[in-house]
Amino acid sequence: MILWIVATLVGMGALAWTFRFAGQQVTGQTPKFRDMPFGVAYGYIVAVLVLGWLVWAYIQGRSSDPAIANKFFFLRIGIEGFIIFAIAAWLFRTAGRAVGTVWSRKMFRDMPLTASFGVMIILIYAILAIFAGLLAPYGQEQIIPGVAANITPGGDPALGGNPDFPLGTDQIGRDILSRLIYGAQNTVGIAFATTLLAFFLGGTFGFLAATFGGWLDQILSRLVDVLMAIPSLIFALLLMTIASVWAPQLGIPLTVFMVLIIAVIDSTRVFRLSRAVGQNIVVMDYIEAAKLRGEGFGYIIFKEILPNATAPLLAEFGLRFCFVFLTIAALSFLGVGIQPPLADWGTMVRDLGGFVNYAQFAPLAATAPLLAAGAIALLTVAVNFVVDWMLYKSSGLKE
Amino acid sequence: MHTVLKIILQRLALGLITLLIVSVVIFVAVNMLPGDFAQAILGQGATEESVAAIRRDLGLDQPLVTRYFGWLAGVVQGDFGSSFASANAASFSGTSSGVTTVAQQIAPRFANTMFLAAVTAAFAVPLAVGLGVLAALYRNSVFDRAANIFTLTSISSPEFFLAYVLILFLAVLNPIFPSLSNIYDGMAFSERLNKSMLPALVLTLVVTAHMMRMTRAAIINLLASPYIEMARLKGMSPMRVIVKHALPNALAPIINVVALNLAYLITGVVVVEVVFVYPGIGQLFVDSVKTRDIPVVQACCMIFAAAYILLNLTADIMSILSNPRLRHPK
Repeated sequence: MILWIVATLVGMGALAWTFRFAGQQVTGQTPKFRDMPFGVAYGYIVAVLVLGWLVWAYIQGRSSDPAIANKFFFLRIGIEGFIIFAIAAWLFRTAGRAVGTVWSRKMFRDMPLTASFGVMIILIYAILAIFAGLLAPYGQEQIIPGVAANITPGGDPALGGNPDFPLGTDQIGRDILSRLIYGAQNTVGIAFATTLLAFFLGGTFGFLAATFGGWLDQILSRLVDVLMAIPSLIFALLLMTIASVWAPQLGIPLTVFMVLIIAVIDSTRVFRLSRAVGQNIVVMDYIEAAKLRGEGFGYIIFKEILPNATAPLLAEFGLRFCFVFLTIAALSFLGVGIQPPLADWGTMVRDLGGFVNYAQFAPLAATAPLLAAGAIALLTVAVNFVVDWMLYKSSGLKE
Repeated sequence: MHTVLKIILQRLALGLITLLIVSVVIFVAVNMLPGDFAQAILGQGATEESVAAIRRDLGLDQPLVTRYFGWLAGVVQGDFGSSFASANAASFSGTSSGVTTVAQQIAPRFANTMFLAAVTAAFAVPLAVGLGVLAALYRNSVFDRAANIFTLTSISSPEFFLAYVLILFLAVLNPIFPSLSNIYDGMAFSERLNKSMLPALVLTLVVTAHMMRMTRAAIINLLASPYIEMARLKGMSPMRVIVKHALPNALAPIINVVALNLAYLITGVVVVEVVFVYPGIGQLFVDSVKTRDIPVVQACCMIFAAAYILLNLTADIMSILSNPRLRHPK
């Protein structure tokens, strides 16, 4: 095994050397090949081999022999998905450049493809979340009577499917497509609300600490230090244990507790940032002037500090949203997050995850859990792409 | 040397104080639960007298502060009390021999988790630093962009998504590694490694991405400095410039991010252990959260927090030690 790996690496090295040498001879020592470091030549060979393997795997995935096609099915879907998304993102950017206001056209003009992909995905999710009730063919809790559990998508009657349910039905006969669409509403909606709450708490206290300073700043900062010393997922799990005992006694749904707990834990990170940003702004002359004018603290925080702190806070909002979203998904996956019967992607992955093991017989059996988990991944990736671009733009980094 | 020692001692003291306060937070949080251990053990059919008897036995009739110091004294000696679920089971079956202490339950699982973390670190750290150096060397090339997209994707995917994708490709479609990590005592090292390979790979993917980006950023930050310019003008090869001149100076932020990511492993391990049914401390923690086995939850929380604080502390101290300006003050 190890011998094989070493042999491959050495063989690739030889190929790289030959490639560079051939390039030098054929092109008559053009600077591109003459000054090419060996590492770059090696990189070209690796890239060619990886691309070649992908093409080979894609052809295998299209093969008529089902045993071979099954093996490469997901790779094929992945490659197709990647190309389709890339084209869609490119079309979206082209459309964005052509129509819209001057401001939005300018924004699209210098946008990299990854960022336009992110914006597109976020828009799709927002539409799905807002209009889930209209788009979903069935209700999220609706158990369709007389339908056999069948999680293979496609609705092929030969495989026991039903064309009415394009993505199949889960173990207790609920439409998976509808639950995925409602998942956008529940999972994303709850995560969004939690992030807003975390920003409200963290931002308010952070700016207060920055403007007042003194003992208030000391108390809040030390409190935040202690809360940040406990790993957030662990702390959330501990508090959720306690909340799960309290919730039925108080008659408040556990999800409300979850929102509060995660918002408080995450607001510590927001506090740190908004305090640091606020402290930089508080020492400015215009704050001094506002104070001399006799403005109150509310005016200074909301009219003077907040408008000047929007850019870093907005980028932080995107990143925070990803963290909150992933934490909620992880909690739901572990069974202590969003509670059934609400449709939620984390819970769906947990419930349907076992079917991944049947993929060697019928690859489609693994679709449902992967779709739910992929839906989570896709949104966080999209948000991260957009935030990455925003940070790049605002920092003016060109290197 | 004197100042460094002083700074390190200060940091250590600060870490200890933080740990102490964290233990107070955890203890108080757990004691906010309605009812107490006695009621929970006896369940619905508890009589006043039996509840009072158990309370007396466990010392639950003492005031909160006394109980806290009792618990803390136990924790310092490695005694986390006795597990609730096993006490429950023992009282149900009418034997008292079934009661296991929390420490007994945690010890083997803690070793398993440390094994997983060690395997992951052995993969992730060299890989991340190597890739980070390459990305800094060939910055803004196709390789750099591809690496950027790839790492951003793997950072932002939930652990269970990566876990199921790896299960699908490496365990189900191509049976290379087992998808369930049933580790037991007395297993041969190679078999153990084979069984924990998939969870280790998932954690590697998550952690490497972050470390690699930070390594790249730390090195690129330095590339504008005059001594790099000098080395380049001397005619040094770009690889040598980075490895000889930039890397040693970027060591402090890199060590920092490595330690922080190892600390992150501790949290990430929970979800990954659940997916692969790896018998580690994270799995135990989630199970006890579900059965509300309070002493175990409390103990696991303390261990996680202690490890987290310890790693952060190490990061701090290492970055002080790697800074020659602090080691040799004027």
